[in-house]
Amino acid sequence: MSKERIKIAEELFDIMPPEYQDLVKRATFGNEQRGWKDIGNAKELIEEHSLCAGCPESMAFRYILASLPNPEDTVMVGSTGCTSLVFPHVAVHNIHSLFGNQNAIASGLKRALSVRFPGQVKDVVVLAGDGATVDIGLDMTLQAWFRQEKFTTICFDNELYANTGGQESGLMQKGFVAKMAPVGKTFEKVRLPEIARESGCHYVVNCTVSKPNLVEKVIKNAIHIAREIGPTYLQLYTPCILEIGKNSMEGLQEMRDSEKPTERFAYKEYVSEPAKELLAELAAKEKERKAEAKKQLAGQTA
Amino acid sequence: MAGQPSPIGQKNKKGQVYTDPWKMMNEAERTPSFFTGSEVIKEAIRRASCDVMIAYPITPQSEAAALIGELFAEGYIGDYFRGESEFAVMSQCAGAAFGGARVFTTTAGPGTMRAMENFPMWAGARLPIQMIVTCRGINSPLSIQPDTLEISYLMQTGMLVWHAETAQDFYDWILKGYMVSEEPDVHLPLALCCDGFFVTHTKDMVDLTPVDMCLPPYDPYRSPVPCMDMECPPVRMMRDPFVMKSNYISYATHASWQQEVWAAVERSRKHAIRWLDGLIDTENTDTDVLVVASGTAVSQSREAIAMLEDEGIQVGLVKVKTLRPWPGEEIREATKHAKHIIVPEFNVAGWLAREVKATIPNNERVHAGPHVCGGMTMPPEIIAAEVKTVLGIKAPSLAGRGG
Repeated sequence: MSKERIKIAEELFDIMPPEYQDLVKRATFGNEQRGWKDIGNAKELIEEHSLCAGCPESMAFRYILASLPNPEDTVMVGSTGCTSLVFPHVAVHNIHSLFGNQNAIASGLKRALSVRFPGQVKDVVVLAGDGATVDIGLDMTLQAWFRQEKFTTICFDNELYANTGGQESGLMQKGFVAKMAPVGKTFEKVRLPEIARESGCHYVVNCTVSKPNLVEKVIKNAIHIAREIGPTYLQLYTPCILEIGKNSMEGLQEMRDSEKPTERFAYKEYVSEPAKELLAELAAKEKERKAEAKKQLAGQTA
Repeated sequence: MAGQPSPIGQKNKKGQVYTDPWKMMNEAERTPSFFTGSEVIKEAIRRASCDVMIAYPITPQSEAAALIGELFAEGYIGDYFRGESEFAVMSQCAGAAFGGARVFTTTAGPGTMRAMENFPMWAGARLPIQMIVTCRGINSPLSIQPDTLEISYLMQTGMLVWHAETAQDFYDWILKGYMVSEEPDVHLPLALCCDGFFVTHTKDMVDLTPVDMCLPPYDPYRSPVPCMDMECPPVRMMRDPFVMKSNYISYATHASWQQEVWAAVERSRKHAIRWLDGLIDTENTDTDVLVVASGTAVSQSREAIAMLEDEGIQVGLVKVKTLRPWPGEEIREATKHAKHIIVPEFNVAGWLAREVKATIPNNERVHAGPHVCGGMTMPPEIIAAEVKTVLGIKAPSLAGRGG
């Protein structure tokens, strides 16, 4: 979508909702350098949200939306759960249809957009909780990867069913006592990042969202690789502070504690050989761009 | 985008000319061809300008779904693949339709049931997907034989539901179906049903439209809801998402949208009447006894009526073509003189008889049956026997009926 298309006729500008005026005046659409540092300075693609105060998911949403490399041509696919309470506020096209079918929706969507807009970049990004990704939707998650569908799957892993009130999920830790796990979960946390690698994902990262610059980097990598090569998977720890008995201000510390080297969200990454080549190419281009910008700056001051 | 010049008269990459659909279906020369029902589906889709078809094997639609794959290999369809289950396939169809594609798929029996969660979602999201349903048994123990019970579930989803009798119906209605379901005031999915095997696996003469003519492409911007392609302004949809709220505004929003979906089913009536030449076909409705049927039960009823005529018994016929929209007014009018209304069906529940009973005055006139199910055929003799029974004529005992 060209930025021209969201322009408002001058005569009607003042009667448009303020957030739409903002979208036209201050959005970072078309800015290739957009990233988490725009938060607070530019129009954000999420304004309010209806998550609990201090919910790490809300941080994750803001970092991800600020980091999309191409939001003006990105369609997001969600699923049922806490994330489905946020998507209605998000200023990129997004689809909610059923619980667990997000990777099937994204498969059809990506193919339709490829048929309709050949040669044009249209990114598709799935963002769903761990129940949707690993339990009810596992079949469709994996099958999309087997088929090498070219979109990114992001799982907000809060290790339980949060929106329905804290029931056991496949990504919950063994031994955790929860609803529907009255004597503690009896089996290990499902190792989806490893399964993702074996299922054909070209870029897999397991981490928390405690560091916005890291989130920006992995989101951009995942989307660029999905666009050019094949499926990518990000598993991001977004703890449900409510259900693990923490206070609103304790989400960040919980993530920091869980990403220590021996913990289950220590940074883990897998990059396939073709994806490594692509990332090297992109890094070289970025270096060139920076050198060019530096040269221009030097030229201006001289 | 909307406002672009009409594609009519232009050629697609296969050299077919995008043709005015009314002219293509009603005025263009037809070529009689001897085809199976599955081949007829392929020939209709060859001319339907489909963007995406998603397939999954289940008897008796597997052949048709694979034949569409050949069309993809020949370049007639934008994309095609095999999904992993009917639930996934129907979601993949939804994704493609959300993205603005004209979408086609086929399913049957247990596949329809497995995918069921998708269908009210399709209708609610106003996705004009066309799904061929080649009905088969859904009971346990496992059966792959013809049985139309699954239609009764589809009728409550908010989809358009049509029931083809013959391969000719099938051919014409696939193409006409897109024209009806893509109307902006309708914009709903269509379940185009037929009785498996009887229609899919038998050969019949079908008059085909010219192979060098095809439907104009789908315009996703002639829609009551935005297409999810980031080609129109991405305003956030709601300030306060009502999705799961427990308040009056939330309830009212959901209620009014459901009502709107069903109102759209009703608005399809005028388009379906125009394209299908009425929602029902009738013969001799001034007789005392009428048969009301849909699908291949209509063909069997024709045979029974001819047999009875040889014996001097006059029986009329109502062929129900669309189940959603339901032709209530038409059926009331057609049955107003009838003293006895026989409703033969290929299922154990008798859903068509229930619908007719709920539609007409003095519904004790409705005789629900004969019913066959689980793959049984419906010999015209059992329909004729039912007619004689209601008329008080002693009919010879039929084998297998305990006579």
